[in-house]
Amino acid sequence: MRSVLNWSSKMNKYLAALLCVFALYGCSESVEQPPVGEGSELSGKVRLDGSSTVFPISEAVAEEFNAVAPRVRVTVGVSGTGGGFKKFVAGEIDINDASRIIKGSEQEKAAANGVEFIELPVAFDGLSLVVNLQNDWVDQLSIAELNAIWNPDSTVKTWADVRQGWPDEEIKLYGPGTDSGTFDYFTKVINGKEQASRADFTASEDDNVLVQGIAGDKYSLGYFGFAYYIENQDKLKVVPVDGGDGAVKPTLATINDGSYKPLSRPIFIYVNPASLDDPAVAAFVDFYLEQAAALSEEVGYVALPADVYQSGRQRVAERTTGTAYGEGASVSPLTGNDG
Amino acid sequence: MAAQSNLAWRHKKAAFFKNFCIGVTGFAVLILCLLIYQVSVLGLPWLDAQFLSSFPSRFPEKAGIKSALMGTLWLVSMTAAIAIPIGVLAAVYLEEYAKPTRLTEFININIANLAGVPSIVYGILGLAIFVRFFQLERSVLSGAMTMSLLILPVIIIASKESIRAVPGSLRQAAFAVGATRWQVIRAHVLPSALPGILTGVILAISRAIGETAPLIMIGALTYVAFVPEGPMDEFTALPIQIFNWTSRPQQEFHELASAGIVVLLLVLLMMNAVAVYIRYRGTRIK
Repeated sequence: MRSVLNWSSKMNKYLAALLCVFALYGCSESVEQPPVGEGSELSGKVRLDGSSTVFPISEAVAEEFNAVAPRVRVTVGVSGTGGGFKKFVAGEIDINDASRIIKGSEQEKAAANGVEFIELPVAFDGLSLVVNLQNDWVDQLSIAELNAIWNPDSTVKTWADVRQGWPDEEIKLYGPGTDSGTFDYFTKVINGKEQASRADFTASEDDNVLVQGIAGDKYSLGYFGFAYYIENQDKLKVVPVDGGDGAVKPTLATINDGSYKPLSRPIFIYVNPASLDDPAVAAFVDFYLEQAAALSEEVGYVALPADVYQSGRQRVAERTTGTAYGEGASVSPLTGNDG
Repeated sequence: MAAQSNLAWRHKKAAFFKNFCIGVTGFAVLILCLLIYQVSVLGLPWLDAQFLSSFPSRFPEKAGIKSALMGTLWLVSMTAAIAIPIGVLAAVYLEEYAKPTRLTEFININIANLAGVPSIVYGILGLAIFVRFFQLERSVLSGAMTMSLLILPVIIIASKESIRAVPGSLRQAAFAVGATRWQVIRAHVLPSALPGILTGVILAISRAIGETAPLIMIGALTYVAFVPEGPMDEFTALPIQIFNWTSRPQQEFHELASAGIVVLLLVLLMMNAVAVYIRYRGTRIK
């Protein structure tokens, strides 16, 4: 009998644990915020996913949007550009953050599922080449020199191999991992083919690892997004790149006006036009284009020229689908900046 | 004489082995202390009520882990509510009811193998079955069911071991005074096996709380500025938020990540403390 009582007291504990679950349910309901500000009558869901490069901008926009429309639940995932497109073409999300243009194969899948897309550039990212602070010999690098260093059949072993007179010391290379959109873009621009790169460099998907590596190694050279350079200016030295018209250092100004080339790239959001029928999503996209310039600079990216956001708004208003930058571009590009 | 020196040599070997073991243990503890020290130094200055009660933000001083903390509590509570009854009852069936047939043997071997399957595989399974097939979407429920699959083998194996360790004489004594099988299990086997079962549960839940890969696979989100209000709501969890902060360029976010790690450790410690307390009570009553 005693043990039966024991057992029932244990049952009670289990029930108590279950009750805790429901208590969580109850207390979370009470924290609902009272509606304030304009657009507060809006409610609904906006689902974003995709690139980790674009994430800081989308997060900033979602945070600010929450202040004007607190009843709209905006969620942002980080599945990578490709992972996000998989969900996007299946119609599972409203907006995909993309650090590259949509691929032909992804367009085909979207078409097969009856999903359309509106392509909206939201900011520029300038890939930055960086060296150690103690590196006093590199003044600039040309595209040809970068190609000589990074091409898959590169014979460059030391700095002296890059240019006569530079130290005869082994060059230590750092770069993003092969799943990264940054790696895709850099290899395409420098080596002419996506994913074509020498393989004997220190690769990491985490740019902070690259920062640490380069900051601690006098004979290093690496590349990553502009935001990581800006945050670590005191630890690293950026290398001006000569794209044909003289060496240009990446700065907010040179990336914005297109003179830092060819290593500045636009980053995008892809919107499902069917989702725009939901007023919450429509309001969010409108807000995104309105705030993208200011917020992208706040998180370390570079704003696009104002008319690009304007034409973006126009495309949303007219529901202009298709890609202007990608394969089979059906719409004329939005800016002359990147040709 | 030879025997004498041999004895001294054997004692020397014994002493050496003992010191070696102490050294190895000390090394493990030292590394752990270093980790905790580093995380605390970076994280503690950020750890305050504001940090616990704010949603994520692009401003480090405004950012908090409310949605991640609540998401983790939801996830772990629901995972426990699903996995513990199923796991323990499966162990009871396999140990007390199932006949030792080839099929039973086959099931046992498979459970042992499942315990070693990488967690990402459970994520893919969860994505295909719960998120897509059952249309549960990226909800806390999908996450909890995926996590349950992940930790079920651990719970079943630990429970089976501890049920098997209950002396057969205990069962026979109960049967002898006319107890049914159900009464024997309820009143004798389970209470005696409880400490071992709880150890398994602690290990399993600790694993669930720190897992990130399957959650990312099924599409748990990174930026969520609301607390889940029901099992069908979208969610984020502590490891995901920590991972996101460590990959930011700004140093302040790395410190926030440390603060998040401290919170994760505290949650883990509290849950384990509850389980240890129940286990202690269980052994004392006996």
